Amino acid sequence: MKRGFPILAIVTAVLLSFGLYEALIAAPTERTMGDVQRIFYYHVPSAWTAFLLFLINFVASVTYLIRRNAKADILAMVTAEVGVVFCTVVLVTGPIWARPVWGIWWTWDLRLTLTLVLWLIYVSYLMLRRFSTSSQTPVLAAVLAIFGALDVPLVYFSIWFFRTQHPSPVIGDGGSLDPRMAHVLLINWAAFLCLAWLVCWTRYRLEVVQREVEEAQSLESLLEGEGSR
Amino acid sequence: MSFLAILRATLAKDLLLEWRSKDAINAMLFFSLLVVVIFSFAFDPTAEESRRIAGGLIWVAFLFAAVVALNQTWARELRNQVLDAYRVSPAPANPLFLAKAVGNFIFVSVLEALMTPLFVMFYKLRPLGPAWELIPIAILGTWALVVNGTFFAALSIRTKSREIMLPLLLFPISIPALLGMVNATSAILTGEESAKFWIALLLAYDVVFTLACLLLFETILEAE
Amino acid sequence: MNYLIAAYVATWVIHGTYLVILARKYSKIQREMKSLRK
Repeated sequence: MKRGFPILAIVTAVLLSFGLYEALIAAPTERTMGDVQRIFYYHVPSAWTAFLLFLINFVASVTYLIRRNAKADILAMVTAEVGVVFCTVVLVTGPIWARPVWGIWWTWDLRLTLTLVLWLIYVSYLMLRRFSTSSQTPVLAAVLAIFGALDVPLVYFSIWFFRTQHPSPVIGDGGSLDPRMAHVLLINWAAFLCLAWLVCWTRYRLEVVQREVEEAQSLESLLEGEGSR
Repeated sequence: MSFLAILRATLAKDLLLEWRSKDAINAMLFFSLLVVVIFSFAFDPTAEESRRIAGGLIWVAFLFAAVVALNQTWARELRNQVLDAYRVSPAPANPLFLAKAVGNFIFVSVLEALMTPLFVMFYKLRPLGPAWELIPIAILGTWALVVNGTFFAALSIRTKSREIMLPLLLFPISIPALLGMVNATSAILTGEESAKFWIALLLAYDVVFTLACLLLFETILEAE
Repeated sequence: MNYLIAAYVATWVIHGTYLVILARKYSKIQREMKSLRK
């Protein structure tokens, strides 16, 4: 397991650099939007990665509630954190792309709004984890993740219907994709997936050590308490 | 004790205690009134515009009033170690949850019933669509806020800054319900669209989350 | 054009910030481990 890490790091670096080159230089310039369209190669894969991470969080949360094993809990926490990071990227690159192309910073279109709501739900999840003083925070967090997952289809349908009533510009690729562009998109997605994996792995190990340290600390203070009597 | 017996007993006890200690009720009533007045100063549109935005204003006002009510849901139970008792006893905890949720529902409905005429007066509201549809919207919408609010209030019992934690958790999850309530109300007020989809959405939301709360309440109760 | 650069830079700033946070956590854990060993 530990040997895989440097290999993953190198693969990630290679894919990211290659993806960057492809996105900025090799990919054809889009007809209507021009070079700004290249933001798409970062915006879309980040969204897919974020959603995947949140999905893993959901599965890990359910697993934790059933099995109560610490590994599932740590995985849930890690994917939530990294998911929020990628989600933030989506929410920042979206408006930066929208402004020059569609003239507005924000639009309540389906994908962007769904991303925003997911971001809000998962930030609230992270806040619960941080501010909870209960010894059973993992259970509470897992339950919240389930509520969030139940909410997603409802959010989707509510925004979808709202949009059919009040149409607005759609931030998107606008139809069929040139195969050369699809190729660049996929490379960058692979790169971001590897990056997500790498960062999650790092955060996971960090959390494992953190918990061991905390346990050792509480053991130490317990023993000190005993000794001073 | 049977499910219904516990439910009825807890609910009756809560309502009686609230009725006796009128301070909390009075403070919340006054708060609701203040919210309506402040909104009226902040947004003072003509009758035409008011119909379009009143739906949003009313429900945001109800939301704030609901949060104030929800924050003290478990305060009494905490003070008297009631939750610990439920944890050790074999009695199911669901009737306790339902009783709390229904109690909150009744209470928030009272607040809404008081705020609505004020809104109608300040904004000169006259619904152009089928006004009776506002009743299922109010019921379903209020229940949506209250059921999750009661649950999240229990979730946040052991957190620092408990009072801010509740809205922090409640608001994101409630977004589809809020969209439903606001758009349904606006649809009725402006008469321009049908509220049917939104009412169906609210119904679906209520069913999904009521089930989720009932299924998971014991889990989080044990986890405190 | 500037928007393009801004978007790519923003992406890396966000990822970078998170990695800095992780690095700080790591140093903190190192310090705590050291004090435990004493």
